[in-house]
Amino acid sequence: MGVTRIAWLVARKDLRVEWASKVFTNQVLPFAAVTMVIFAFALDADVVLERVAPGLVWLATLFSLLVLVQRSFAIENEDGALDATRVAGVDPRAIFAGKALALAVELVILEAMLLLAAVVLYGQDVPIEGVPLLAVTSITATCGLAAVGTLYGGLAAGFTGRETLLPLLTLPAVAPVLIGATRAVEAALGTAGAVVSDGWPWVGLLTVFAVAFGVGGALAFGPLIDE
Amino acid sequence: MTTLHPAASRATDAVAGSPRRAGTGTTATRILGIATIVSMCWLVAFGLGFSPADRDQEEAVRLLYVHVPTIWLAYLAFVVTAVSSAMYLWRRSLGWDRLAGASAELGVVFMAVTLVVGALWGRLTWGVFWQWDARLTTTALLFVTYIGYLAVRNLGGSHAQRATRSAVLGLLAVLEIPLVHFSVQLWRSLHQGRTFEPNDTNMDGLMLFSLFVGVIAFTLLYTWLIIHRTRAMAMEDMIDDRGLDDALAARRAEAAAVPGADEEAH
Amino acid sequence: MSSAATDPAPVVELDDAVAVLGSFPALAGATLRVQRREILLLQGPNGAGKTTLLRLCAGLLPVARGRAAVLGWDLAHHRREVRPHVGLLGHANGLYLDLSVGDNVRFWGSTVGASGAEITEAMALLAVDGRLGGLKVRSLSAGQKRRTALACLVARRAQLWLLDEPHAGLDAAGRDELDRTLRAAAAAGATIVVASHELERAGALATRTVEVVAGQVREP
Repeated sequence: MGVTRIAWLVARKDLRVEWASKVFTNQVLPFAAVTMVIFAFALDADVVLERVAPGLVWLATLFSLLVLVQRSFAIENEDGALDATRVAGVDPRAIFAGKALALAVELVILEAMLLLAAVVLYGQDVPIEGVPLLAVTSITATCGLAAVGTLYGGLAAGFTGRETLLPLLTLPAVAPVLIGATRAVEAALGTAGAVVSDGWPWVGLLTVFAVAFGVGGALAFGPLIDE
Repeated sequence: MTTLHPAASRATDAVAGSPRRAGTGTTATRILGIATIVSMCWLVAFGLGFSPADRDQEEAVRLLYVHVPTIWLAYLAFVVTAVSSAMYLWRRSLGWDRLAGASAELGVVFMAVTLVVGALWGRLTWGVFWQWDARLTTTALLFVTYIGYLAVRNLGGSHAQRATRSAVLGLLAVLEIPLVHFSVQLWRSLHQGRTFEPNDTNMDGLMLFSLFVGVIAFTLLYTWLIIHRTRAMAMEDMIDDRGLDDALAARRAEAAAVPGADEEAH
Repeated sequence: MSSAATDPAPVVELDDAVAVLGSFPALAGATLRVQRREILLLQGPNGAGKTTLLRLCAGLLPVARGRAAVLGWDLAHHRREVRPHVGLLGHANGLYLDLSVGDNVRFWGSTVGASGAEITEAMALLAVDGRLGGLKVRSLSAGQKRRTALACLVARRAQLWLLDEPHAGLDAAGRDELDRTLRAAAAAGATIVVASHELERAGALATRTVEVVAGQVREP
């Protein structure tokens, strides 16, 4: 059974579970939307909000990432399924790739919603020439976030006292994504005088990050989830 | 099974039985310890006494004699952790795991000292405790990353499990650090700010010498601490193993005491 | 049973094996031989180490001391390689609660490349096809969940079956089904190790019985 085939099975299974349980649509998306509203309370002035909108979008994404990763592994631990996948000898690289893929799909949907929220709540305009940059940024950043999240999620999964490790391990690791993705989105939206061409070097950084953690994560996942 | 350096074996034998000596000290560490104390005295003498105050920074420059060596050591410690992690995965000898763990602990301590002393220096010279420049920010993130590493080391399980998990995480940290460094550097280059760190190589000869003494002194301190810490860890592991022996004996005694199959044995 | 010299290689060989949970030696020196096609019953009080022994044989736990080999694989070095050939049914069912019975069996079967026909067969064998097949696992009774988990196990066609209290939660009909399934599996070449408190029923099913007491194995 090829690794890709099993990864695909795992990804489909994860997405099916999410579709059936509706946790993503009924809990996570609203959570992200509420975060965007809360930011407005904390930051008060409209001018400030407009200026930092790209950053807020990615901050909300990061917080939601933590929630999504916890959820992704909670379904495995509800009835000992992760254990079962290990007994079944399923290639850990396939589990990693599959779960990361499912997580990435959820993240992209989340980011689209957050961008919409930024347009509505923070008065952002999306110039047409910025759209390709936005799309590519979203995809590359998401790949990196999904890889790191799945990797450390597996390590932190379902053992008492371990769940709190997830933010501690994940946030420093995804700092480059936060930096790069925010600058790229600022360039795409023309925030503070940035132009679209400013954004592409950051996309390069995001791609390197995604590749590094995609490969590194696949290799490290097996040893990290083993008992 | 744990393999110990001969010197450490002598030390642990000392712990095990001999009434003359207990602890992780040996002749080598005594000499190292004395060298450390001597060089530290030199550092105090030169750093606080003989070297002059800087023209611009005045007395605040003396903080650098601690700050710069600790930065150097923090990075050295993390290189040691990374290399030891790789060596463990290659050789599977627990000694490498203990070296990685001890080095990470020291690295975190030195990094904390770096950040605190650096903040004080910044307050005295630039008027602020913190600046978002590339080096400081990367250092702070490195600090938190290794705190995470230490947290994972304490998750429990067998020594081999701890070692594999930590080694993998140690190597992942090596992956993370360059990415963090480059992204922060690119980010801060957008803001043409002044560099917070002293880049002034126009230092008085005596000041450079004091700095040099500082580096030597702290490196000796690091080496001394590493040796002791790895030995202490080896002994902790031995205690765990012995604990297992005792637990096994107790459990086997349980079996002998149970005559039939249907009793609840707790 | 020390007739290893004349028999083909045992499926499970434990020599003074020690397995640790945290710092507790759940298995404190277990010695055991299981031959192919045996249905072995593990009896013993709670806390004796039956579950740990099963998990060790599944390659989930590291061997702290002693020697352990399953299907020829030395568990000290190859416990990952042994896993695809072993099926473990523990206290948890290993199911995805928000998916249907059919989805679960199909997922687990597909991970080892089972064909659609084999999956349907497995579901029919455990009577979880038909109307039951489309229900979400979350809405099933404990017995029905157990049968679903067994169907997943059947679909995987393991050489060594490790079952922890498999009869728990099943009604009389379900238990008969299970016994039939196990006998058929053993006849087809699988080896089965069952930990159970149901001494009568499991005793009738088993070809051999051993006792697990305080982390060690002994003949009754």
